[in-house]
Amino acid sequence: MDTYALSHLEALEAEAIHILREVVAEFQRPVLLFSGGKDSICMLRLAEKAFRPARFPFPLLHIDTGHNFPELLDFRDHRAAELGEKLIVRTVEDALAKGIARATPGESSRNRLQTPTLLAALEEFKFDAALGGARRDEEKARAKERVFSFRDAFGQWDPKNQRPELWNLYNARINPGEHMRVFPLSNWTELDIWQYILREKLDIPSIYFAHRREVVRRDGQWLPVSPLLQPKPREEVRTLDVRVRTIGDISCTGCIESAARNVADIITEIAAARVTERGSRADDKRSETAMEDRKREGYF
Amino acid sequence: MNTTTANDTSELLRFATAGSVDDGKSTLIGRLLFDSKQIFEDQLEALERSSDLTGDGRINLANLTDGLRAEREQGITIDVAYRYFATPHRKFIVADAPGHVQYTRNMVTGASTANLMIVLVDARQGIIQQTRRHAYIAALLRIPHLVLCVNKMDLVGYSEKVFSRISTEFTAFATRLDIRDIAFIPVSALNGDNIVEPSTHMPWHKGPPLLRHLEEVYIASDRNLTDARFPVQYIIRPYSDEHHDFRGYAGQLAGGVFRVGDPVVALPSGRASRITGIHTFDGPREVAYAPMSVTLLLADDVDISRGDLLVRPDNLPTLGQDLEADLCWMSERPLQLNGKYALKHATRNTRAIVRLLRHRMNIDTLEPEAAPTLALNDIGRVRLTTLAPLAYDSYRRNRQTGGFILVDEATNETVAAGLIVDPPQVAPQAASDGGYAI
Repeated sequence: MDTYALSHLEALEAEAIHILREVVAEFQRPVLLFSGGKDSICMLRLAEKAFRPARFPFPLLHIDTGHNFPELLDFRDHRAAELGEKLIVRTVEDALAKGIARATPGESSRNRLQTPTLLAALEEFKFDAALGGARRDEEKARAKERVFSFRDAFGQWDPKNQRPELWNLYNARINPGEHMRVFPLSNWTELDIWQYILREKLDIPSIYFAHRREVVRRDGQWLPVSPLLQPKPREEVRTLDVRVRTIGDISCTGCIESAARNVADIITEIAAARVTERGSRADDKRSETAMEDRKREGYF
Repeated sequence: MNTTTANDTSELLRFATAGSVDDGKSTLIGRLLFDSKQIFEDQLEALERSSDLTGDGRINLANLTDGLRAEREQGITIDVAYRYFATPHRKFIVADAPGHVQYTRNMVTGASTANLMIVLVDARQGIIQQTRRHAYIAALLRIPHLVLCVNKMDLVGYSEKVFSRISTEFTAFATRLDIRDIAFIPVSALNGDNIVEPSTHMPWHKGPPLLRHLEEVYIASDRNLTDARFPVQYIIRPYSDEHHDFRGYAGQLAGGVFRVGDPVVALPSGRASRITGIHTFDGPREVAYAPMSVTLLLADDVDISRGDLLVRPDNLPTLGQDLEADLCWMSERPLQLNGKYALKHATRNTRAIVRLLRHRMNIDTLEPEAAPTLALNDIGRVRLTTLAPLAYDSYRRNRQTGGFILVDEATNETVAAGLIVDPPQVAPQAASDGGYAI
């Protein structure tokens, strides 16, 4: 007997599909931001659910910091090819060379440099809506952001002046030069994402699972040792079984000690976790309002 | 399974919270998250850092939800913040809305999707005008369940007398509103009384603590499964050799149930067809129900596009261009009578002219009063005319097909939330069959 009830995952999925279709129906040139990370992997599955058997009515865009886990880029290219969808890549490296982005002295992470690179890419292709995998449970400023989040001609977010968002009626109206960031996963939590990956049997990059890696202790976190991040004298360096919970610039993505070998293990681990997902991101630790400040400038 | 984990078959409950600035609303949510172990060590550390700055040394649970810089600086909540937590029974989405009158629009935003609203009152103050305003908004937006949390019980000596006086007063007021289900819970958010565990200070309270109420309140019958409504959102045409003839009508059910074989009518055109398939990425289905997102396949190659509403011929909505509606005005620029606005209803975008303002609601007295216009945070009854005919239900019957937004065409600002009301009884014969005949 069918009870005509949706589980919470099914309800979240139905909502996200509705949002994806609304974007395609209301905008001229949407784009979906795809990094190869777990949230954007779910976004691709939701896009399949929203538009198959047709092709995606938008290309995929990756803003590449150049500071990557190599596994992530392999995964990104493989997944885009497997789906037969178009992938556009714009790099921070290139934006630096062209003077679009400028490095801050002393800052090794390139997360901040993604912002001008992204804005330049949106302008280059005249994209008017960018679909992102951000979630409201990630961070306090995101908790207040609309699903359809308006950006002015400078790409900026004005948190004190957001459009009211009622029911599932999204106001998609913008003027030329402005754009919309749209977040279909707004109401998903980290745990929902993993439960969805499990339910949908989605492939994810291997670095999400426990693996042996050389890490260095810095600011209370284990950061991966890489050509971009070398231990300083007297820093503690260990080789541990670790995995990543969230993936950013390799120089600021903390690893957690873990024995999780599969998605079910990860779910068990997260359910018991006592630190938030972004607790492992050094870029969010700069100040209480670090994310709000970056978002105002146009960060995703 | 861990006690703080929803499994993937648990139900989703969306609730909103309302209270005035000092009622301790953010503290209550902080407490729910804290006591259900949804607060993490790094958040706690950040809280400890910020309370060091304020100097009082006590962890401020409100800082968990007040995320924007201006909110921290002013110690108030400006915008709706969404919070998430789960228990083994349910997953919760919390819209933490500011309570002050100047943020009524944000409260309406937070309340528009809620199954339940928590209205907080300060036990020392009892029912105040703001409480009445919040209850009125909950009733207006047709939130099926309301919980009156009488907070700060610790400051009135956990007095049963105080609690029952407030409950009685609220019940008397609420009979004038149309609210299906009201629960009363005495709490101290600061100390955690009756939040997750029953309070040892208030053995006289026989009802469940707040969290258990949220877990157990019956929501399955809140959805409208009677009126089959499918706003066509997007047409899927693959244009590939493999799917040459595929033409699917994609959308999310706004009500009711559709089955393969059902006859359907597309409104406003009135064209009839039949469902030949319900397509999903996970395979074909025999039945779809609200709020599923699916793709319908129809027998005839009829001209149907985005904005059309598919319904069953034996259960039709109203079709027309003249609507009666309550507007919650959300813009600094007041309503321009006879001005044109963009209107979005379900998946249809059209334009509307507000012809007439019948009255403005005095939310403190709950009496309608004459007014020249509607200003920010005003609520009033209007008559409006749309450029294209709309197929609609009253908002009390269906939140999706009875709600709309108005957008200023010059600034693109969302200026009003509209809730369609049944038209005045000018055509009684039209009321029973929905007023539309093919």
